[in-house]
Amino acid sequence: MKELLLIAVSAAIVNNVVFSQFLGICPFVGVSKRTDQAAGMGAAVIFVLTISSLVAELLYRFILVPLHFQYLETIVFILVIAAMVQFVEMFLKKAVPSLYRALGVYLPLITTNCAVLGVALNNVDKYDYGILAGTVNGFATAIGFALALVLMAGIREKIEYNDIPKPFRGTAIVLVTSGLMAIAFIGFSGII
Amino acid sequence: MNKYSERLYNGLIKENPTTVMMLGMCPTLATTTSAINGLGMGLCTLVVLVLSNVVISLLRKIIPDEVRIPAFIVVIASLVTIVQFLMEGYFPALSQSLGVYIPLIVVNCIILGRAEAYASKHSVGLSMFDGIGMGLGFTIALTILGAIRELFGNGTIAGAQIMPKSYVPISIFVLQPGAFFVLAILIAVMTKILSRPKKVKTSEESAHDPATCEPADCAGCASKGSCGKQIFAETVKAGVKDAQGNGGDEA
Repeated sequence: MKELLLIAVSAAIVNNVVFSQFLGICPFVGVSKRTDQAAGMGAAVIFVLTISSLVAELLYRFILVPLHFQYLETIVFILVIAAMVQFVEMFLKKAVPSLYRALGVYLPLITTNCAVLGVALNNVDKYDYGILAGTVNGFATAIGFALALVLMAGIREKIEYNDIPKPFRGTAIVLVTSGLMAIAFIGFSGII
Repeated sequence: MNKYSERLYNGLIKENPTTVMMLGMCPTLATTTSAINGLGMGLCTLVVLVLSNVVISLLRKIIPDEVRIPAFIVVIASLVTIVQFLMEGYFPALSQSLGVYIPLIVVNCIILGRAEAYASKHSVGLSMFDGIGMGLGFTIALTILGAIRELFGNGTIAGAQIMPKSYVPISIFVLQPGAFFVLAILIAVMTKILSRPKKVKTSEESAHDPATCEPADCAGCASKGSCGKQIFAETVKAGVKDAQGNGGDEA
């Protein structure tokens, strides 16, 4: 239990997916203009990343390893993630329409979020977590992503009203802000 | 300028994937801790991009339109797996330091973007040059970024000591925040340079600068086809409308 908690805190805050691992920067810059959109995207990522890290772990342990097909992991994972996003979307539409209405827009965009594939690959290659720990890692990573996204959106709503030098408008000022936030997140590295 | 060199110019300067289009930000930020790493990552992407453009351009009449995106992804993922194993075999140290970002070339939006926007509609030769131009633009941007970060953060470029011995390295440049700061400044400089001649040249075309424009401006923009912003914004907007529409019906 203690181990799982450590994995979760480390993935969500200490090794934050955006500020420390640089995964999922495109949606982080693209969908962080308004807090409500950011929260929707964050929730969709939490949902998909948790399920996809579970499915990727299961596939890897029970199909790829017994057949010695580990070298196909990149191809298998990306196809499974793409297909699964579609299934999740269809399932939500039928089963939980209210959740679908809240997340529906952001679900198709998640296929191109490199955090999803990155976590699945890191789980089996870098950390070699088991099924449970891998899923916890996926969930906590997504929490970290949602946290970063909502914080950024909050700051960007304020930035709108500031007088920024012209070349810095748009993405450049977002990157400068992210850099300052990354400095703040480095401060967490002492807690584990 | 003929068509082929126009493709190269387009990839290197006009639609530079890193500083103008802002695609593939994750490897840009993550792997540029040194000039060598940036160069290695850029060359890997270049190889995959050129090969995928050629293969997809060859297959463009065979792949049915409805399943083109999954088909592109399979082609790209296969090429990336090949490159990944070549790197592990021939450059184990570089492969180690780039880590998960080599397999993540699959989800690099530059590659799928060029496949969808260019290679699936143009001939093999042009697609190859488009891949080379875009790939070189990406490689050069990554190498410059890596060199700047390495120079200030470590006093060296590609391992060779440049700064005098008395120079105290500013280690924030090689840490994560440094990546954000240096890229932000690079983008700002590029925006400044590109925005100057544009005012004279394209006054009638009214092309917007993709770095600063709002999705709302896309309707009258001359470069809306090449810029991913509109497609992305439309997807979000259409979805929001769809979601709101559904909500209204139920209420």
